[in-house]
Amino acid sequence: MSDETGLNVTRRQFLGTSTALAGLAIAPGVFLTKVAHAGDTVAATEKNRWGMLIDTSKCATGCNDCVTACNKENGISGTHGPKTDAQWIRKVTLTDKQTGYVQSLPLLCQHCENPPCVDVCPTGASMKRADGIVLVDKHTCIGCRYCMMACPYKARSFIHEVLHEQKTTAPRGKGTVESCTFCVQRVDANRGEPEKSKHQDPACVEACNASGHKAMWFGDLKDPNSEIATELKKHGGQQLRADLQLNTGVRYQGIT
Amino acid sequence: MQKPRYLELEGRSAGYYLLLVILGCFIAAGLAAFVYMEHEGHWVTRMDNQIVWGTPHVFAVFLIVAASGALNVASISSVFGRAIYKPLAPLSALLALALLAGGLAILVLDLGRPERVIVAMTKYNFKSIFAWNMILYNGFFAIVLVYLWMMMERRFNKYSKVAGFFAFIWRLTLTTGTGSIFGFLVAREAYDAAILAPMFIIMSFAYGLAIFNIVVVAAYNWTHRDLGPAMLLKLRRLLGIFIAASLYFVVVYHLTNLYITQRHGIEAFILLGTGDATYMNVFWFGQILIGGVLPLLLVYAPRLQCRVSLVLASILVILGGLSQMYVTIIGGQAYPLDIFPGKIVESSFSDGIINAYSPSLPEVMLGLAGVAIALFLVVFAIKVLRILPQSLADRDVDPHYVAEKQTA
Repeated sequence: MSDETGLNVTRRQFLGTSTALAGLAIAPGVFLTKVAHAGDTVAATEKNRWGMLIDTSKCATGCNDCVTACNKENGISGTHGPKTDAQWIRKVTLTDKQTGYVQSLPLLCQHCENPPCVDVCPTGASMKRADGIVLVDKHTCIGCRYCMMACPYKARSFIHEVLHEQKTTAPRGKGTVESCTFCVQRVDANRGEPEKSKHQDPACVEACNASGHKAMWFGDLKDPNSEIATELKKHGGQQLRADLQLNTGVRYQGIT
Repeated sequence: MQKPRYLELEGRSAGYYLLLVILGCFIAAGLAAFVYMEHEGHWVTRMDNQIVWGTPHVFAVFLIVAASGALNVASISSVFGRAIYKPLAPLSALLALALLAGGLAILVLDLGRPERVIVAMTKYNFKSIFAWNMILYNGFFAIVLVYLWMMMERRFNKYSKVAGFFAFIWRLTLTTGTGSIFGFLVAREAYDAAILAPMFIIMSFAYGLAIFNIVVVAAYNWTHRDLGPAMLLKLRRLLGIFIAASLYFVVVYHLTNLYITQRHGIEAFILLGTGDATYMNVFWFGQILIGGVLPLLLVYAPRLQCRVSLVLASILVILGGLSQMYVTIIGGQAYPLDIFPGKIVESSFSDGIINAYSPSLPEVMLGLAGVAIALFLVVFAIKVLRILPQSLADRDVDPHYVAEKQTA
């Protein structure tokens, strides 16, 4: 009987010590996981569809502020010349063949609802988030460049060289493909925090506003009260290559 | 006609080893090019953000397409029951495997992240034609290997017809997949056409057979084995039909584009050289003249019915095939995207202009390494395996040969 009691005590001690040790072992993990996920407690959902509206009549020929801001925000710098350097956003000058009318506009990833780059990607690295932002998973991109063949807007760039001084908010990778992310780091910054309900604009939009041209709007196309949705409802906006029916997230006004 | 007897190559001559060394040098050069490109990044090639697929892809797609075509002789023997081709069926299957291996090696070594090829094998986006092709390529290796085994193992010979039929269906699907890599691309005017899939199939017949012809004639000449006129005549006629059929598809493809106003720009670029004459020259002189008209003349001209003319015609078909791939792959990217119809477009990202491209040395070295890998595999395999028939003399292969003798 006493042996049995002794055994029970030992077992109790053993269980107690084990539980304490297990708790000690798990606690930092639980804590660190919490820290790691502190900023993204709410996943991107289909409740939002992020989009951009560009009024070409306000876009000044010769102004490059949106491009400069994008490069600064995402750590894109020139290395071996324009043929191989990445360009997430570029200024395009259009001259009408019939009338000679000249206009200028920024061209970037159009964040299509049905993106051809996502369709063709063999590994699924090219992907569209639930909130409509088209991204590349740098861990699973094999650098086959099929998405670059498929994009009707030539919006993607391949990293042709070793990268230095990357931004921690916009990780990039040699040998992979990349494109405009709508400055997803800014979009996500306030996600799930009701007290900061307003999103942060992408760097290009911010720069365009700062320059006083105010040719670009960014916002939630699904929020009927958002500035972009109101403006689109009032004046409309056209898609580039609308014939492909990709339902682009970027719309333009004033292309004539 | 007797049952074919297969015999390994002796493979001890200086010539045999010299051939292996030469091919080995090409492979080593290609691997050096790969290391250089991967270490420095792709900026050291002439591929850029406009021409994203360059010379390596010309070689790779050519070899992959030719791999399917190299299986012709085996298919005709197993599926369509033509006895004369039966002795060469194992070589046909071996060459198909080797060419596919060479083509895929180039593709993998040109990836931006070649070390992640395992990702491509384990993570599939089933809407991607590339992902389908991973399955088709791996399946082709498996099926053709089994087919080859059935043909070489006497006990399993009875299953070779079934395996051959399955391989035949698979290779047609494989080339459909390869053609559709381009055919399903809506963004670019040179592509986005369903005819590209059957056109690639028919071209595969010509390219694969051309390589097969050269391998057969070289192997039998260098090993002093008999190669009779009956077999050569069959291979010659087959090549002629495939060249003519390929030309027919090229005509239909361009006629369709010429009818569509939206595509007049790309047609003027390829056919007339508007903006840059490079692709016009490669098309007319490379693809049509060297790869089509001249080999047709060599194949059918009554006074040129010799072994040399068959080899020459086959070499020209290969050069024409590489030209076709150059025009299709690089020409298709060189022509600007039509994002703003009716506008003259200018930007820092080469919008609205014909993109310049010329092959760089590392790209050519990598491409040639793929060819060398394929040939090395064949040269090595015919030494260690009983693939080559001891004789392809008429009395050994032609079913009508004995009958003629008996009636005479």
